[in-house]
Amino acid sequence: MALQSLDIIRRSATTLPEPEIRTGGQTVAKLIDTTKCIGCKACQVACMEWNDLRDEIGTNIGAYQNPHDLSASSWTLMRFSEVENTKGDLEWLIRKDGCMHCQDPGCLKACPSPGAIVQYANGIVDFHEENCIGCGYCITGCPFNVPRISKKDHKAYKCTLCSDRVSVGLEPACIKACPTGALVFGTKEDMKLHAAERVVDLKSRGFENAGLYDPPGVGGTHVMYVLHHADQPELYNDLPKDPHISPTVRLWKGFTKPLGLAVMAMTAVVGFFHFIRVGPNETDAGDEESAREMARTSTSPAPVAEKAP
Amino acid sequence: MSNTPTSGHGTGESGHGSPHRLDTITRYTANDRTNHWLTAIAFVLAALSGLALFHPALFGLSSLFGGGPWTRILHPFIGLFMVAAFTFLVSRFWSHNYMQPRDWQWMRQIRDVVVNREDRLPEVGRYNAGQKLLFWVLLLCLAGLLLSGIVIWRAYFAFYFPIDVVRIASILHAVCAFVLICSILVHIYAGIWVKGSVHAMTRGTVTPGWAWKHHRAWYREMIHAANSRSRPD
Repeated sequence: MALQSLDIIRRSATTLPEPEIRTGGQTVAKLIDTTKCIGCKACQVACMEWNDLRDEIGTNIGAYQNPHDLSASSWTLMRFSEVENTKGDLEWLIRKDGCMHCQDPGCLKACPSPGAIVQYANGIVDFHEENCIGCGYCITGCPFNVPRISKKDHKAYKCTLCSDRVSVGLEPACIKACPTGALVFGTKEDMKLHAAERVVDLKSRGFENAGLYDPPGVGGTHVMYVLHHADQPELYNDLPKDPHISPTVRLWKGFTKPLGLAVMAMTAVVGFFHFIRVGPNETDAGDEESAREMARTSTSPAPVAEKAP
Repeated sequence: MSNTPTSGHGTGESGHGSPHRLDTITRYTANDRTNHWLTAIAFVLAALSGLALFHPALFGLSSLFGGGPWTRILHPFIGLFMVAAFTFLVSRFWSHNYMQPRDWQWMRQIRDVVVNREDRLPEVGRYNAGQKLLFWVLLLCLAGLLLSGIVIWRAYFAFYFPIDVVRIASILHAVCAFVLICSILVHIYAGIWVKGSVHAMTRGTVTPGWAWKHHRAWYREMIHAANSRSRPD
């Protein structure tokens, strides 16, 4: 269970520290080398198998991409883009999409339900659906458009980075299944070193803009890409160039919350002390007499009714 | 709707027919009161369920509604009910809430208001400037809450809108709710502060002295209406 793991570094809608005594270890990362990917979808199948998920059979939309989007039951997906490069050649760019496991997760920041989203010390961002209330704020918070609410149970789902496997020393299911070595898993440091070697190799082969995608706007991610065109991540089916938690979400979930709460409480407190200091506004016998006097003496010219401006 | 007293807000039974015996004045009819309190109950429920999702410290309020998912399910429907009830209130009281020149003077003398020096203030109609301002603020907030609430209603509507619109609606919803809750706190306190107001909204009537002191221009209208009725010609 989540809290018993004693390595929770962040927990949604929680203002005090969580059990995190066991936080000395290294962070992990999955490295997706798009330059080695052949689009076989073995990772998609492995994900289905390990997590025991069966999406509805979709329809062919005239592309290799299948299903055509992430869903509550499809946590990873090969996205295929056909791109014409500057030489006029076709490049078939395939990107394994899914949760990026941001170091600064927008979903967790936006979530209003305590413990529905946690981040472990190893960097994995995990949804705990038993605490999920189905509001969809995680979707609002995510810079990568990843979480999906199930139509069946109204809970949010996404890739867990196989937190269940990783916690017992196994690699994620998709890694296990990849036949080309496009997917590798290890400590984040090792994955960065591995990526650096790959980038050197790619540059020697003419991909001068090859590079690692580990966007600093979200504090880095625990799922990283090696891209042939790291200068144009948007070529890979709109992978965002500089993802960050939207300023609107930061404002919505930032200092405005405690401030708003404090002002509301102060409004009530000010009212209370106004009553204590000034007291009620009462009518007395004199007011009633004045009222009777006005009624008696009124020769009543029609009073001017209040008019629209 | 004019401000002429009719069956809705004319003189009370005992004062009927004689200006000299305006013993009680009907300020709110049974329908007005029902409408007000339906809106108020819906507001309390919407506020409590909304606050549960507003700040982690208040998430415990979701227990009042059967837990987090039930809070998420119920909140928008409660909100829709509140907007519907409030719409009737608006149509009923719209015409009484135009700001007059004397209302701006009243606002400038807000210091006299808060220290109970009403004798220094200009005459007040059926509603004072604070009540009128509240009316328009509530109207704006409810409109903002309705529109933004639809945009962020994940079960039925949110997927029709681009993510940036959902994000802006999320913050707009929180801001409108914040202003609404603060305004209603002031509204509730004003009812406690100005004695006789709660009676007006629970039993429907006020005394002539109350009307004379707090809403003198309105009281004049009441006298005029009573006089007109006692001399039909």
